[in-house]
Amino acid sequence: MNKTLRFARLARGVPYLICLAALSPFAMAAADPESRFTALEAAAKSAQSAGDNAWMLVSAALVLMMTGPGLALFYGGLVRRKNVLGTMMHSFFMMPLITVIWAIVGYSLVFGEATPFIGSLKYLFLEGVGKEPNGDYAATIPQATFMVYQLMFAIITPGLISGAFAERIKFSAMALFTVLWIFVVYFPMAHMVWGKGGFLNAYSGGVIPCFDFAGGTVVHISSGVSALVCALYLGKRQGYPKEIIRPHSLVLSVIGACLLWVGWFGFNAGSALSASGLATSAFVATHFAAASAALGWMGAEWLHNGKPSMLGGISGAVAGLVAITPASGFVKPMPALLIGLAGGLFCFFMATIVKNKFGYDDSLDAFGVHGAGGTLGALLTGVFATNAVNDTQINGKLAPLGLVDGNPMQVVNQGIGVLITVVLAVVGTWVILKICDAVIGLRVTPQEEKEGLDLTQHGEEGYVLEA
Amino acid sequence: MKKIEAIVQPFRSEELKAALKNIGITGMTISEVRGHGRQKGHKEVYRGQEYQVDLLPKIKFEVVVADNRLEEVLEVITEAARTGKIGDGKIFVHEVADAIRIRNGDRGDAAL
Repeated sequence: MNKTLRFARLARGVPYLICLAALSPFAMAAADPESRFTALEAAAKSAQSAGDNAWMLVSAALVLMMTGPGLALFYGGLVRRKNVLGTMMHSFFMMPLITVIWAIVGYSLVFGEATPFIGSLKYLFLEGVGKEPNGDYAATIPQATFMVYQLMFAIITPGLISGAFAERIKFSAMALFTVLWIFVVYFPMAHMVWGKGGFLNAYSGGVIPCFDFAGGTVVHISSGVSALVCALYLGKRQGYPKEIIRPHSLVLSVIGACLLWVGWFGFNAGSALSASGLATSAFVATHFAAASAALGWMGAEWLHNGKPSMLGGISGAVAGLVAITPASGFVKPMPALLIGLAGGLFCFFMATIVKNKFGYDDSLDAFGVHGAGGTLGALLTGVFATNAVNDTQINGKLAPLGLVDGNPMQVVNQGIGVLITVVLAVVGTWVILKICDAVIGLRVTPQEEKEGLDLTQHGEEGYVLEA
Repeated sequence: MKKIEAIVQPFRSEELKAALKNIGITGMTISEVRGHGRQKGHKEVYRGQEYQVDLLPKIKFEVVVADNRLEEVLEVITEAARTGKIGDGKIFVHEVADAIRIRNGDRGDAAL
């Protein structure tokens, strides 16, 4: 760590330090200045670590809340009542499944430094991942905190894809698909962007320096593009788009989307990996983008259909949150408003006009929102990223970040990052779908689809009125 | 005895209940139903996907009355449920062969 940064971090601890110094008999007793300074430095470090760790543990919990209940309610409300549990299961099941994989090998494959494309087995079974910080990633929090925080991202990402195959996939096929997908697409993607020495990692020796603060490429483009491949491969739901397939409870969806909004503060502001000013900046950018995107989508709808809708409002908010994700730790508040607005309008266009024109059944608009919003956000990050917001140094010096800093090449770098993500997601997902189709078969039978996933896949019903 | 089946606008159901109570009709069964007669449905739009919804929510009242009260009750229902617009609903009258009060075995009009 470089000296000025170290001093700045030390200085942040000063208020705590005064209290600590006053109370600590050790500090009082130490007579010579040298040992006293060492004690002070240790006390400051421990105070900062306590503050950072508290925020990061809360952030990890917030990000888990995005999957369950956030995404489960958001998606669960959008399907017909016969599929509510099956759809919620597509989110909830990620929580136990990905956790176990992550503990055994996932964390290591993402954050164990090795090749530019995939990690190593260094942290297999979480060997050596404990209370001590890992300076390569987050110097002030226990590596175990960093590990569990990153786990929550791996949980929600495959959950997002389920929006594309809702109401028609076999549970067993979905489970196999998820296991393969997390290895083939997510782990390499996350390693490339966030892992030490990753191909796209701007801060740690990446060949193509790509800015992705909280997962625009890793989480949203990868899941959104994979979702489109799933929707095309599986085909439409029976009766789509002629028959009436309406959301069975927008009330659930509103609750879910608002939980996503709140959880996103952990997702984006937590990605600062400390309770710092950068976290605040990301928090503000996140909130602003959600707001302007919700207004954008509803406004477009109002002009286009004559009425602003509740579903439009929450869809817009989520679109804005997606778009700001890669940019959140790099942009000022006004560009955040702009990115949000652009995300809201673009995703409205993709999820309503483009989807209906081409007729693919991306049932809950996983591609229209996460794929489209993620791509737009990743590119706009290259435009608006500024070192006035994010002064983390690259190769020991403060470099211009985006177009607004006078680095137009960054837009190209972002484009390459997007392209790599899209190619990996398309090829990986298509191969995995082929395998799942051959081994298990992807779709439920037409009769089962009529009866619904709840009864045929899980043997239970969401709403039992006579009970 | 006659059974009156009145399918009415949901937002008229409170008035209808009050009007029936007013003329001493204390027993009734109400259910939430969906249907349509001549009324056209409405359009709903979800993320740009338009649906024509034909079956509209209605409330169905089922009331069984003695023959001599039929006309009076029908008049009260018609009065209370009417808005004068299309979609106000319909009333059907059925013959009822018998009625039994489960608690004490009363039969016919006495069971109402």
